[in-house]
Amino acid sequence: MRSRVIELYKNLYHMGKEYPKGSQWFHERLKIAFWKNKDITDPAKIDELLKRGDFVVKEIEALYKLRKYRAMKQRYYENDEENEKETKNFEDKVQKV
Amino acid sequence: MFVFLSPSLSLFSSFFLCLINIKMRILVGVKRVVDYAVKIRVKPDKTGVITEGVQHSMNPFDEIALEEAVKLKEKKLATEVVAFSFGGPKSAEVLRTALAKGADKAIHVTVSDAEAAKAEPLHVAQALQKIVEQEKFDAVFVGKQAIDDDASQTAPLLAGLLDWPQALYASKVEDGGAGSLKVTREIDGGLDTIKVKLPAVLSADLRLNEPRYATLPNIMKAKKKPLKAIAAKELGIDLTPQTSVLEVAEPAQRKAGGFVADVSELIAKLKEKGLVKA
Repeated sequence: MRSRVIELYKNLYHMGKEYPKGSQWFHERLKIAFWKNKDITDPAKIDELLKRGDFVVKEIEALYKLRKYRAMKQRYYENDEENEKETKNFEDKVQKV
Repeated sequence: MFVFLSPSLSLFSSFFLCLINIKMRILVGVKRVVDYAVKIRVKPDKTGVITEGVQHSMNPFDEIALEEAVKLKEKKLATEVVAFSFGGPKSAEVLRTALAKGADKAIHVTVSDAEAAKAEPLHVAQALQKIVEQEKFDAVFVGKQAIDDDASQTAPLLAGLLDWPQALYASKVEDGGAGSLKVTREIDGGLDTIKVKLPAVLSADLRLNEPRYATLPNIMKAKKKPLKAIAAKELGIDLTPQTSVLEVAEPAQRKAGGFVADVSELIAKLKEKGLVKA
């Protein structure tokens, strides 16, 4: 259990390095979030929190993907209806993940 | 016994057929470029852009090309995915990223940073050609363009050098049967579907797939994967530039707008500029 928590922390720390608002912003909040739950000992509760952590990892991944995709689309593709539709499809797909 | 055997036999043979059809080794070209999120600044002497102390990453379109190759491997249509990069010593970083994202091996064709700054798509294509000739590959995937020079030339040049068919700006890649790929291309005003016989060169467009994120555990695992470095000189590539850069300049600044106090002032200004009828 302890190793899983550490792994999640490391994972999130790594992802925070390229966070749009700056790695410092992210890492401070990351530390606070883990610190807040340091006294929890109930395994079921810890498991629940780990699952939430994994969900946050997925969310950040989706955020990075969308951010990059939108930047490329804005730079290299003209805005027309067809394009908008494609973008929407793509974004829905990413959000589902 | 027979009842058991016949379905498993047919299953086996169809599986075997599919293996005969395509068993690709794919070479994927990746380029280390200034990160897409970085604000680009031009050097004061106008010879290029500032790259020192600036965040770099894998060219986003190359990420898409790599993802497609890795997906084909996961679908068992490809047997091996090898990442390739042409560039200075730091290009090894993007090759590590490529390995973390699912490539099996990496080949780094090295040049000095000074040479890398002057390298052109033709040199990269020649390096790719040499690697393809040394080790047998069935397909080369690259991004449709790099976000630094926006040249879009590597894929067509390579196809020409190898005399292979090309499928550029791919937005969908499927098994075309009989050792071919069915590729949907994004072109002006619609989609173009073509069948290319392998071996072939393919360039990836933006909507081909969603590249995966290199997770920390995979980055750790990637450190153990093989990365081979070969000097461009050893491959016999002539790095003499074909073009010379006259000047690199910032795009023209947009002029600041002005504020108007009320509607009548706005209309007066529009009339002044002849944008509305008097």
